[in-house]
Amino acid sequence: MDDDGILLSVKNLSTHFFTEDGIAKAVQDVSFSIKKSKTFALVGESGCGKSVTALSIMRLVPEPPGKIVAGKIIFEGRDLSVLSEKQMRSVRGNKIAMIFQEPMTSLNPVYTVGNQIVEAIKLHQKKSTSQAWADAVGMLRKVGIADPERRINEYPHQLSGGMRQRVMLAMAVSCEPALLIADEPTTALDVTIQAQILDLLDELQKQNGMSILLITHDLGIVAERADSVAVMYASRIVEVADSQSLFAEPLHPYTQGLLKSLPRLGFSGRRLQTISGNVPEPLRFPAGCKFHPRCPVGCNDKRCQTVEPKLRNVKGGRYVACWYAKEYEEK
Amino acid sequence: MVNANNLLAVSNLKTYFAIKKGLLRRTVGYVKAVDGISFSIEKGQTLGLVGESGCGKTTVARSIIRLVPATAGQVIFEQTNVLSADRKRLGKLRRDISLIFQDPFSSLNPRMTVGNIVGEPLKVQKGLAGSELTEKVAALLSKVGLSPDHINSYPHEFSGGQRQRIGVARALVLEPKLVICDEPVSALDVSIQSQILNLLKDLQEDFGLTYLFIAHDLAVVEFFCDVVAVMYMGRIVELAAAEELYENPLHPYTRILMSAIPRVEPTLRGQRIPSAGEVPSALNPPSGCAFAQRCPLVEQVCLKQMPILEEKGGYKEHFVACWKCQ
Repeated sequence: MDDDGILLSVKNLSTHFFTEDGIAKAVQDVSFSIKKSKTFALVGESGCGKSVTALSIMRLVPEPPGKIVAGKIIFEGRDLSVLSEKQMRSVRGNKIAMIFQEPMTSLNPVYTVGNQIVEAIKLHQKKSTSQAWADAVGMLRKVGIADPERRINEYPHQLSGGMRQRVMLAMAVSCEPALLIADEPTTALDVTIQAQILDLLDELQKQNGMSILLITHDLGIVAERADSVAVMYASRIVEVADSQSLFAEPLHPYTQGLLKSLPRLGFSGRRLQTISGNVPEPLRFPAGCKFHPRCPVGCNDKRCQTVEPKLRNVKGGRYVACWYAKEYEEK
Repeated sequence: MVNANNLLAVSNLKTYFAIKKGLLRRTVGYVKAVDGISFSIEKGQTLGLVGESGCGKTTVARSIIRLVPATAGQVIFEQTNVLSADRKRLGKLRRDISLIFQDPFSSLNPRMTVGNIVGEPLKVQKGLAGSELTEKVAALLSKVGLSPDHINSYPHEFSGGQRQRIGVARALVLEPKLVICDEPVSALDVSIQSQILNLLKDLQEDFGLTYLFIAHDLAVVEFFCDVVAVMYMGRIVELAAAEELYENPLHPYTRILMSAIPRVEPTLRGQRIPSAGEVPSALNPPSGCAFAQRCPLVEQVCLKQMPILEEKGGYKEHFVACWKCQ
C-alpha cells in the first residue's frame, strides 16, 4: 500500500476485553488504510469486531475491561494509540467525528438540538455563542432539515428517526472533520429514509472532502457507496479489495458464501444457498482459520484447522486471508 | 375475492387506537393504524405484507389473532369469523393460527428451558405430559435443525439463529394451519437469514403450511412469497402476485421502495428514484392519498380524494390504489 493520500492507517491493531470468563479477543491484527476523500467500508456480521475497531480508533473502548493491546493508529502523521486523553480530546469530534446506529440513544434527551450542536462547535472552535448558534442553524439547513430556525429549539423526542440522524450528522460535521466514522448509520431507519441519509453523506463528503469509515452489515450499502471494503469475520479482516472487484469476484470463501446467501431482487430459485453453522462467539473462537468449521473449501484441511492464515497480497491490489487463495497468486 | 381455497380472508379490517387526553381521558382522536384492509390467502400459499415501520403491518397481524381488538371488518378463517368468535372458539382458533416473532432475544422466556418453551402449548392445549410430551418436543427440535439434547438448555445458551429456530418450533408445535411470521429474519445476521428462510420453506412443504409473512425487506419477500401486498399508512396501496409485482410495480411508492434497496451489483449504482420527505404522522393523516406529499406524480385529485384499491391497466389480479395508474 503506497502512502500517498492516506489519511488514516491502522496497523496490526488488536483490542481485547479482559472479562471474568476469559479474554475476548474482539479485534486481532487488523490493518487497513483510508485514503483522503474516499469511503472505506468495514463489513461483517454482529460480533465480528467492526464496531470495536471504530471505537479503538476513537479511543473510546471502555478501559477496563477493554484494552488496545497492540498496533498503531496513524492519523495525519500521529499515532493515536499513544496520545494522552487530553490530546485525544482535541482530535475526537474535531478531526475525527462519529455517528452511531441509534440516533435516539446518542442524543441527549434533556437538551435541545441547538444546545447540543453549539456545545460541539464551541468546544473545538473559538466562536461566540451567537456565532456558534448561527453556524448550527446553517448546519441543520445543510443536512436538509426544513425550517431549521424552529427545529433548533426542539428536543430529540420531537424529531423523527431520520431527522435525528440528520441532527447527529449536523453535529458530527460541524467542525469539518477529516474523517467521519459512521457506525451502522442507517440500520435503524426505513429503506427510503436510509437512501436519503446515504445521499446526504455522499453530498457532505463532496463538499468537505472528508473521508468516511462506513461500518455496516449490509453488503448492498457497501456496493453502492464504498470505494474500498474490508470484510471482517470473527475479529479479523479476511478480505480487502476495492468494492467493484470484491463484488465482481469475491476471493475468500466467507465473502463468497455471504454474497450467495443474499436474496436478491430478481432471484427466482426455490432455495437460498447458505453458510452452515453459526457465527462463533469471541470467547470460543475455533483454532486455526476461524472460518474453517463453516468453510466449504477448507473444513477438512489440516492446515486450515490449525494455522491461522494471514492477510496477504494476491492478484494485484487484493488482500485475502485464506490458505486456498494462493492459487490466485500464480494466475 | 371469494374463493373456496382461501384459508384466511380479511375484509375491510380497521384497527383504530383512541388518543385520550385530559383528566376525564376523553377520546380526542384516533390513530388509524389499520384503515380498511382486505386480502385473502389460499391454502399452502404465502402472502407477503411489506411496508416501512409504522405502516400498520404488525397491527394487521395482531388484529387477525385478536391480540389487539379490531374496530371493524371481518377476518374469516375457515368459515369462522375470528373477530366475533367466543372464548372457546378463540382458543381453538389460536391452535390453528400461530405467530413467529421478530426478536428471538425478547420473545423467549429466559427462565424457561427449551423443552418447556416448546412444550407448553402442548400441555395447555392438548394436556400432554411425561414421555409423550418429551418425545414430541424432541422430534420437533430435530425437525427445525436443533439437537434434541438441547431440551434442557436455556435460551441464553443459543445464538440468534438457533433461538429463532426455537421460536419456529414453538409456533409449529400445535400443528397450526396458518403461521404469521412477523419479521422473522430481520434481527438475524446475513449468513443466518438464509438458513431460517430455507427452513421455513421446507416446513411449509412438509406440513402444508400457509404463511402470512410480514417484512420490510423487499428482496426477502420476493424470494419467499407468492402474493405481495404493499402497505402505506394503514392501507394496502398495491397487491399482486410476487412475479407480477416485481416485474411491473405500478404504485409510485412501490417503485421508490424497490429502487431504494441497496443492491449488491455495483454496476447498478445511481439508478435510483430519489425519494423526498418522510412518512407523515399517523395522528394527522393528510386527506386524499396518504402518499401524495412524497409522490413524484402528484396532482390535484391526489390531494383531495383517497384512491381505492382496484384492478388496473389490463394486468390480471394486479390491484393498485393510485389515481395516476391506468
